[in-house]
Amino acid sequence: MEYSLTEILSDYRGRQEEVIPILQKVQALYGYLPEEAMNKVAEFCHVSQSKVFGVASFYAQFRFVPVGRTRISVCRGTACHVRGAPQILAEVKRQLKIEEGETTPDLEYSLETVACIGCCALAPCLVVNGKVESKMTPKKVIELFSREA
Amino acid sequence: MNFAKIKQEAQEKVDALLYGKNPVVFVGTATCGRSAGAVDTLEAIGRELRSRGISAEIVGTGCLGLCYAEPVVGIARPGSPTIWYGNVSPERAVELVEGCFVKGNPLTEDVLGSTEGEAEGVPHLLDLPMLKPQVRRVLWNCGVISPTSIEHYIARGGYEALRRAVLEMRPEEVIEEVKRSGLRGLGGAGFPTGRKWEACRRAPGNEKYVICNADEGDPGAFQDRSVLEGDPHSVLEGMIIAGYAVGARRGFIYVRAEYPLAIECLEIAISQAREKGLIGENILGSNFSFDLDIFQGAGAFVCGESTALTLSIEGNRGMPKPLPRPRTTEVGLWDKPTLLNNVKTFANIRWIITKGADWFASVGTEKSKGTAVFSLTGKIANCGLIEVPMGVTLREIIFDIGGGILGGRGFKAVQTGGPSGGCLPASLLDIPVDFDSLTTAGSIMGSGGMVVADEDTCMVDLARYFLDFSEKESCGQCSLCRLGSSHMLQVLKSITEGKGRIEDIDFLIEVGEALRTGSICGLGQTVPNPVLTTIRYFRDEYEAHIYEKKCPARVCRELISYRIVPDKCKACMICLRECPAEAIQGGKREVHAIRQDKCIRCGVCLSVCPPRFSAVECVPGRLANGG
Repeated sequence: MEYSLTEILSDYRGRQEEVIPILQKVQALYGYLPEEAMNKVAEFCHVSQSKVFGVASFYAQFRFVPVGRTRISVCRGTACHVRGAPQILAEVKRQLKIEEGETTPDLEYSLETVACIGCCALAPCLVVNGKVESKMTPKKVIELFSREA
Repeated sequence: MNFAKIKQEAQEKVDALLYGKNPVVFVGTATCGRSAGAVDTLEAIGRELRSRGISAEIVGTGCLGLCYAEPVVGIARPGSPTIWYGNVSPERAVELVEGCFVKGNPLTEDVLGSTEGEAEGVPHLLDLPMLKPQVRRVLWNCGVISPTSIEHYIARGGYEALRRAVLEMRPEEVIEEVKRSGLRGLGGAGFPTGRKWEACRRAPGNEKYVICNADEGDPGAFQDRSVLEGDPHSVLEGMIIAGYAVGARRGFIYVRAEYPLAIECLEIAISQAREKGLIGENILGSNFSFDLDIFQGAGAFVCGESTALTLSIEGNRGMPKPLPRPRTTEVGLWDKPTLLNNVKTFANIRWIITKGADWFASVGTEKSKGTAVFSLTGKIANCGLIEVPMGVTLREIIFDIGGGILGGRGFKAVQTGGPSGGCLPASLLDIPVDFDSLTTAGSIMGSGGMVVADEDTCMVDLARYFLDFSEKESCGQCSLCRLGSSHMLQVLKSITEGKGRIEDIDFLIEVGEALRTGSICGLGQTVPNPVLTTIRYFRDEYEAHIYEKKCPARVCRELISYRIVPDKCKACMICLRECPAEAIQGGKREVHAIRQDKCIRCGVCLSVCPPRFSAVECVPGRLANGG
């Protein structure tokens, strides 16, 4: 079912404590938070636009730019870090020519880092559209993108 | 429906599953198992069973805690013990089905152990070196039951504590029992749980709230998630009892949105408990009513702090309220008295009520009773989730349970408490693990992250890593934390880049002490801990970075070099082709060498050099060309 912003709002009563749950649903719908949608949320919850933007920008979950078709998440958990995550992240950046939090201009890839995806025994690892690639090395990163391309 | 009836039905359903005519296959499908491929394994088992016409029940369970062995599969044939296998890939799963159900001969390769009886040639699962020293209370059901079945939980004694509390005990008696047990808050701070409950009960007002803090944000900690994914009802039961004790009618579970599986398990658990009348109006026929909602935290580490967490539920930025302020137990969510406890604290409550305070306190030290749950990760052989009595030593945890250091390297340090904790050296391996001993040593118990560092871990880099995390997570309202953390991070970065100055160490200590005394919340006050403890115990590494411009552990990129050992190089051209900086000279039948001025030290050459040659090495310090 095509879910629209109006349908999302119809589940709520328009109160301040609903701002975060609504924004989460809006992001699930669009993949990010379009400014127009945030303004509608502000109006609906009877708070100022700056309040909504203040809340949205405070929490790491919320994005203000569209996300790429292929989402690469490099784990920066402690176990991954001590087992070499920085080299993995550096190699991914070199391959994609973007920094973390960015999307390639063709909207193909976006790169983000995550705190811990919970497979510390397989560190270091990264996630490609939900699929975990474990025990990574710079060599495996190169192979990964030659496969993807 | 009365509880005896609920319990009887649950027992019958579980008995029919476990002792029925069909075999049962257990697959650990918590997040850790899934990231190791457990869903593929589960589907492969289902396909294989169907194609062979074998009827069997497949049960997805939580996490046993043996992360190094994921995916874990248990196979129970009627009348036989359950045999548990580790590292079960989909291909291996097909072999297992054939071995167990067609040939009638359970394979012993990759076997972890047995439960529910003895099997020849197979050790008991609980005799595994990783499991044997553990005392599993919070993790009692994890990996053993289906987290999406309330019957499994009830058949193993679940909700008995709730029945006893609401039908046989007065709220004051419940609080007294929790007080006597000596249970302390397992979110990290260790505040006595019973006293917190009492304060909330005594706080004036009819409207009160109970909140479960499941905003587990420490990088490298996953114990709360594992409990929610393995045994969600144990947390709900603790919360409902807490609601009864303090006089609250409504509760929230504040859980990270990054934990979708935990949220799903909780949603299922809440609706099952509601269906059975264990949540809702007039619970079990008493006049106590309580309801529960999930609030998905949107990702802010500071929201683990009580006032930030309540502000976040109210729809604000999660910025801690400055002291002096009333305690959350008096003025909390929507300014009402609010009880906030961690996931593991709530999971312990059922035991205190059913087995009593004395039983609970029979394990642990004088001031820290009960058990501690840790996520054991880093350079450790057996990664996993463990539960030990308070007071065991770090050495027992790391070497007996954890199996020592990965790859046989030397131990260097253990980090507890995440970004708020500290790094302890080998000389402190024999201190007992409890709230007070860890604090005295400069670290903290924390929520349960335990990261082991070996001699290839750079302590300056580790401190920089944690500070980098805390600096990003600082909410920014107090200048000491906001500016102090970013200033300390700049200095640490410059040290790891070889630009360190002699006065930097003293500067870090001075700013660190200022943050500790001057920040308004627990996050800011503990931000400097990883830096201060690494300076205290590993000052020589800082000095090597600053004076000698070397990273002894060969981690900091600006302070290392790669070189090709001429005698080992077979001139195979692999590294030469792969080097992204075209820094490798040589050719066919011409031994390769790295041009240090062009090398960007990405490590690609080391990772592509065939292991049978191992011609590339990484050395501390910067080499000149031809070095």
